[in-house]
Amino acid sequence: MVTAAQIWEWVIKSLIIILVLTGGFAYVTLYERKVLARIQARVGPNRAGPFGLLQPVADGIKLIFKEELTPAGADKLLFTLAPVITVIPALVVTAVIPWGESVTLFGKTYTLYLTDVNVAILYIMAVTSISVYGIALAGWSSNNKYATLGGLRATAQMISYELALGLSFVGPILLTGSMSMLEIVRAQQKLWFIFLQPAGFVLFLAASLAEVNRAPFDMPEAEQELTAGYHAEYSGMKFALFFMAEYIKMIAVSMIGATLFLGGYLSPLTMLSGLPVIGWLFASGPHWLFLKVALWLFFMIWVRATLPRIRYDRLMQLGWKIMFPLGLVNVIVTAAVIVLAGG
Amino acid sequence: MTELRPVTVDELRHLVSERALAGETMLLNMGPQHPSTHGVLRLLLELDGEIVVNCIPDIGFLHTGIEKNMEAKTYQQAEVMTDRIDYMNNMGNNLTYCLAVEKLVGLDVPPRAQALRVILAELQRISSHLLWLGTSSLDLAAMSVFLYCMRERELILDVFEMVSGQRMMTTYIRPGGVWRDVPAEFEAAVRHIVEIMPARIDEYESMLTTNMLFLERTQGIGVISAEDCKRWGLSGPVIRATGIPYDLRKVRPYSGYEQYDFEIPTASSGDVYGRYLVRVEEMRQSVRIIRQALDRLPYGPVRSNNRKFVPPPRSELGVSMEALIHHFKLWTEGFPAPKEYVYAATEGPRGELGVYLEGDGGPKPYRVHYNTPSFANLQAMPILTRNHFIADLVGIIGSVDIVLGDADR
Repeated sequence: MVTAAQIWEWVIKSLIIILVLTGGFAYVTLYERKVLARIQARVGPNRAGPFGLLQPVADGIKLIFKEELTPAGADKLLFTLAPVITVIPALVVTAVIPWGESVTLFGKTYTLYLTDVNVAILYIMAVTSISVYGIALAGWSSNNKYATLGGLRATAQMISYELALGLSFVGPILLTGSMSMLEIVRAQQKLWFIFLQPAGFVLFLAASLAEVNRAPFDMPEAEQELTAGYHAEYSGMKFALFFMAEYIKMIAVSMIGATLFLGGYLSPLTMLSGLPVIGWLFASGPHWLFLKVALWLFFMIWVRATLPRIRYDRLMQLGWKIMFPLGLVNVIVTAAVIVLAGG
Repeated sequence: MTELRPVTVDELRHLVSERALAGETMLLNMGPQHPSTHGVLRLLLELDGEIVVNCIPDIGFLHTGIEKNMEAKTYQQAEVMTDRIDYMNNMGNNLTYCLAVEKLVGLDVPPRAQALRVILAELQRISSHLLWLGTSSLDLAAMSVFLYCMRERELILDVFEMVSGQRMMTTYIRPGGVWRDVPAEFEAAVRHIVEIMPARIDEYESMLTTNMLFLERTQGIGVISAEDCKRWGLSGPVIRATGIPYDLRKVRPYSGYEQYDFEIPTASSGDVYGRYLVRVEEMRQSVRIIRQALDRLPYGPVRSNNRKFVPPPRSELGVSMEALIHHFKLWTEGFPAPKEYVYAATEGPRGELGVYLEGDGGPKPYRVHYNTPSFANLQAMPILTRNHFIADLVGIIGSVDIVLGDADR
């Protein structure tokens, strides 16, 4: 029986997640610009507010007041719908990620997750696959050859890498025996899965970069050859939505990766069993998840600053000839070891 | 306002294949406004999926009419326009033009000016190669190298500003020498660049030369044979990457290049990677030349003493009647050149930069014509890009290192 109090709890938790993600998006752009600048011997944005902290606000205001252009030959309905289709999956995918166990406020205990469904990983797979429609439709409806090429590239790339991504999920599922994210985190109390599934972790890392179109797999955008790829014709808030989807997806895959392989919200101290936990800072909680996500994002930005873009045909070869077989072998080996170890 | 006329396939029927007319391949208009065409180059691409079947370069979007304009100016005035031809090789353009004028009227250049010219031309070569390295690796999306290169290029532009007052449009090298002697800080500033450059070049190389992704994007891409290079009149790093050590500094030395000890780097592959290796090594050789030139920089005048062509120093104007007359005549009328023609060429960062200069007995050139490396090298685009991916096309344009101002004049 669902009570009114429960519904309110869900609504408030959903709002918090969406606000954290959109706020996070704004500050990830600043984070990226700052980190890139430091790597490239520059200063980065520092004019708007102290340390440039108001820069995302300025960017947002600028984008809102930009003129919205729709190309003459564009399919108006799909052209408007495409950014929406792209951004919504990015926003809802993190609903199943637990931020912590529970917290007691005003004498009542609240869980620190929106929902704990037993098919969480299937849900993630299903939702991330939807966003490719947005990108493919954006490329096609713009009536622009560059955008079409970008959209086609995106479709091929995301479909290829979804397989490797899915196979890298299988390792943690096998080790836990459950698809619930909460169970997966709890199973990592003693040892994070990155140590048990190093190959799976590397697979996930590479496939997730391709999944969110980040360098060196940022083929669909490919500023140098396709000018901007699928969002070449977009401006104003429609462009901002694509931008938002990309950065929220970055946060989302970082959260998923941290949960599957790095122990999610668990403090690394829980691995050293028997050590007394001193204070909330060292105890498990959402702050550890944030720290892991920040490190993961730093890695993504670092890769972007360092590596050239891989070529499209090479990307496909890597996906189908290396990562897909590797993922299969990893699954078989993991399963065999679990059976032999008497699981 | 005139309506923009849409370009139809019919007008380009003679340039594209039958398959494009049948609609089997896609025609894509790349440029003139495109981030990777290094200026206003337009390429008409015929694409089969992502593979370039045919690439037709179209230039003329940056036509400045400089060659024609120079005919309306005296020899001294016309030099100012040479800065604007290849805006990445300002000192080299000045030098080429001055060599031609000196050859036409028979002017000698004092040894200090010769050495200064060599130092500045080599600094310009490094700065041009730095910009090339930065932008062409940016074309492959290796974005940090670009900013590291700009950091060092800034030091070189500071030296140019120190000697000429301008970072880019220098007009510092003049017929008969240079504008005026370099300031006292010049030597220390150049020495600083010479000291830090080798380590900085290693730093760029550490990011690219053995990077797997970079090798995949450059090796075997945009290959051209030595025969094709000769046939199309290509020069500079493009021809040296095919193994032909053709460098005017060795083949036909000018400005005393024969006194310096340096090598002409070559590669044998003729691909994008070969051009990259050649240019990086050229930067090292340029550092070597600058170091030698600095060590033996002679003292003495920096301008020819021939007052019929070179204006007297300002200090003489108040005390010498002749100096005042020469000054007045040179700056109002210019100097007459004989009714002859000359061709002078230098090795620019992009290749052979030549100027044909014809005098008609008056103070203005009868005809100026430039033989520029960008124009010649651009002709090879269809050969270089055939059957490559569109992503590699961008890398190939970068590796040829074109400057559209240089191609269009």
